[in-house]
Amino acid sequence: MEYIDMHSHMTSRTTDCYHQMALTGCKVVSEPGFWMGWDRSSASGFDDYFRSLTDFEPKRAAQYGVKHVTWLCINPKEADDRAMSRQVLALIPKYLDRPNVMGIGEFGLNLITKNEVETFKDHVEMALDHDQMMLIHTPHLEDKYKGTRTIVETLLKYDKVDPKRVAIDHAEEHTMDMILTNGFVAGITLYPLTKVSLGRAVDMIEVFGRDHGDRIYVASACDWGPSIPVAMPQFMMEMRRRGHPESLIRKIVFENPAEFLSRSNKFHLPERWDKASLLAAWSEQSLPATAAKS
Amino acid sequence: MKDMYGTCPMTQVRQVDEYFIENRNRVLEIAAFLDRLDRAPDAVREEASSDFRMEAFRRALVVLDGATSSRVDQIQEIFSDPTTEPLEKLARKSARGAYEPPNQEAK
Repeated sequence: MEYIDMHSHMTSRTTDCYHQMALTGCKVVSEPGFWMGWDRSSASGFDDYFRSLTDFEPKRAAQYGVKHVTWLCINPKEADDRAMSRQVLALIPKYLDRPNVMGIGEFGLNLITKNEVETFKDHVEMALDHDQMMLIHTPHLEDKYKGTRTIVETLLKYDKVDPKRVAIDHAEEHTMDMILTNGFVAGITLYPLTKVSLGRAVDMIEVFGRDHGDRIYVASACDWGPSIPVAMPQFMMEMRRRGHPESLIRKIVFENPAEFLSRSNKFHLPERWDKASLLAAWSEQSLPATAAKS
Repeated sequence: MKDMYGTCPMTQVRQVDEYFIENRNRVLEIAAFLDRLDRAPDAVREEASSDFRMEAFRRALVVLDGATSSRVDQIQEIFSDPTTEPLEKLARKSARGAYEPPNQEAK
């Protein structure tokens, strides 16, 4: 079955991961800007990272017939540093016209400091100023409920925020309701050890999908830590094992994410999935000379 | 949870047939984790018993055996930070899995 992985940090994965994902039906990967597992020493590190996300990764994905889209931000783990955050935010606008940039993300909160909240607001205002969609990280573990509540309450203070264009990610049982009843899109991310399992993800689809089934997606969240790039086909197998129909599985893994991404006027599902067709959008742009080694 | 009846398409009997063995194993994993703590070189001092994470863990185990249909919600609440105000400063980089009350941080 075809699927869209809404949250995969391919920067941290090998090309073999793209291959495995493509073989299991992945058509689109959505890669949010994130923390590399270590703090960058200056904003210039982010400039190169954004260039990679908007140039190198889409070319790497296209070799396997996978469309690559991305989101830019300073991630919550580094967002407590206000000076660095301002410098990184200043870099983002020059990348927003790139064909694979869907919006601002995955900004959010980590341990919920006052500085993190201020940087969060800066991202929201940048997204609104530039008419960008948002992909938002919620804290993990004991901070998730407090962080998600702070995020939702902050977003609701902005009249211009359209919740249908905002995905709030890493949702769990105790945060799904506040995300969905306020009109936002909820992302469930799969982890092999420490967070949401396949079974709990299916449970959340069963419990919350009845009333909000159009605004839930599931993603692998594969990155440099314990994670599985083909977690989505594993999730599909668990849905089948539970007895759910193919139509519901397709809705969660393909139709809902496609519908959400389509709220960016830059997102289109291509008619052809070969490398040349996937990269056609780039040929219309002048790229830096360092970009085209692949 | 009554209004959730039927959201899982599998009957109870089929669920037990399909999922009992892997969940039996999960229970044994928790039992083995607790036994392992008892076999540690500092077990006699029971240092882990007052650890805020293990206190939350024990409260979660009580919920597992309760007659309720919102076990996950209750356990998520046990592990969650109940405060509402942002922190003044970043004290560490990562979450630890359970909320540590301020009086325990001072220990």
